[in-house]
Amino acid sequence: MKHEDVPQDKAILGQWHEICYALDPDGCYVLAPSAGWDPSNVANLQAWEVIVEEVAWAIEAVRVGEASPLAFHMARCQMDAGLLSSYTQLARWRVKRHLRPEVYRRLKPELRERYARVFGVAAEKLDCIPAKPEFPVVLDVDEEGRNL
Amino acid sequence: MNIDFTHRQSAHCESGVTANLFLHHGIEMSEAMAFGIGAGLFFGYLPFVRINGLPLVTFRSAPGAIFKRVAKRLGVEVVRQKFRDPDKSMDALDLALQQQIPVGLQTGVFWLPYFPPALRFHFNAHNLVVCGREGGDYRISDPVIDEKVLCPREDLLRARFAKGALAPKGAMYYLKDVPAQIDLRPAIKAGIREVSRRMVKAPVSIIGVRGMRYLAGQLERWPQKLGPKRAGQYLGHLIRMQEEIGTGGGGFRFVYAAFLQEAANLLQQPRLAELSGELTDIGDHWREFALFAARRCKGRGEEETSYPRLASILRDCADREEKLFRALLGEV
Repeated sequence: MKHEDVPQDKAILGQWHEICYALDPDGCYVLAPSAGWDPSNVANLQAWEVIVEEVAWAIEAVRVGEASPLAFHMARCQMDAGLLSSYTQLARWRVKRHLRPEVYRRLKPELRERYARVFGVAAEKLDCIPAKPEFPVVLDVDEEGRNL
Repeated sequence: MNIDFTHRQSAHCESGVTANLFLHHGIEMSEAMAFGIGAGLFFGYLPFVRINGLPLVTFRSAPGAIFKRVAKRLGVEVVRQKFRDPDKSMDALDLALQQQIPVGLQTGVFWLPYFPPALRFHFNAHNLVVCGREGGDYRISDPVIDEKVLCPREDLLRARFAKGALAPKGAMYYLKDVPAQIDLRPAIKAGIREVSRRMVKAPVSIIGVRGMRYLAGQLERWPQKLGPKRAGQYLGHLIRMQEEIGTGGGGFRFVYAAFLQEAANLLQQPRLAELSGELTDIGDHWREFALFAARRCKGRGEEETSYPRLASILRDCADREEKLFRALLGEV
């Protein structure tokens, strides 16, 4: 890759840059900051689409009463029951049980507190579920002016 | 309390941390040099290991290996600790900082507040250097970020004890007893030998150039086996492993080419510079693969982005890399 070809396709890095190794006119390698590259932006956004789908599915399941609010937070934090059980230091079968709304309703305050800490929210906010998923990435980057 | 630590942004976290820590101890070393001596380049396709349900593909050696090998090849003593108790791990960090020692940490990226939100996945083999403390915040030189940043103690603690695959368990490391003079040349040769052998002489068919051909064969069958949507996700995953922040572009091929260029000068072997040029071309070919694969994901292009065409690019890369690493083995 030549230095003048280092891509500057801003989408996911925000204020930061990533380093690309590229050749200067004399054929020597230099470190060149890049704002991003569309092919890897596309791949990143695709990964988020999968997460967003899962969160949307969890929100719906909580809304119709098939899952407890923990299912939403679990999806939002990109966790499955196994990872959540490592973080809460609870057995996996207990985490799975707590995902059922009727069990969740009777959950002890200590356990609610423990889940809230892992998810980074206040315990009393655990039950606040947004209407639809919110995400840090814009999901359609290459509508206009991109030549992917 | 801040240590006078030079932050140099780099492509890859572990080679960046290694180079910056050595520089701090008076050994001038570029990231590419650390990557080369540490034998960072790799290829492996391990479909039986799943990451979020997607097959593991890697362009780099196992986490922690680069730092370990560089220190060993240069005869530098390393202190490496893991912890069970989070409070003890932070005490140990504070103690080292008080002694003016910059400390390398293995962390997860999901809990690092300064990290670009779009890249905050549960990836637990990130590396960074802590080089100071300001009250409740730590001063961090994260090699993939433009400048030094501050990170609250609470968040750093969470990142050090991230759970899941490759959980860091609070791992921290620093250099001890660095000789004043170090001859890089034997270490460079050892690094090149290790990578070349791995790429062309691996005894299993999922590693090195054979692994690339294996992936090519699998990739051709993805659309029939998985359906177009899932096959697209597999492709996207490949692109991310190859190009997402931390590879320097082309699945580390450009970083390694930069290393070969430096090695050619230090060893006075112009042939290495020629091979560096060839690897740059191969890296460009990998970039082309990512570009076409991304178009495939978006359902664009017909002929040039078909799965058999993508597979043939991979086979090309494998053939050319096989020649290159055999030639390298002859040089060192």
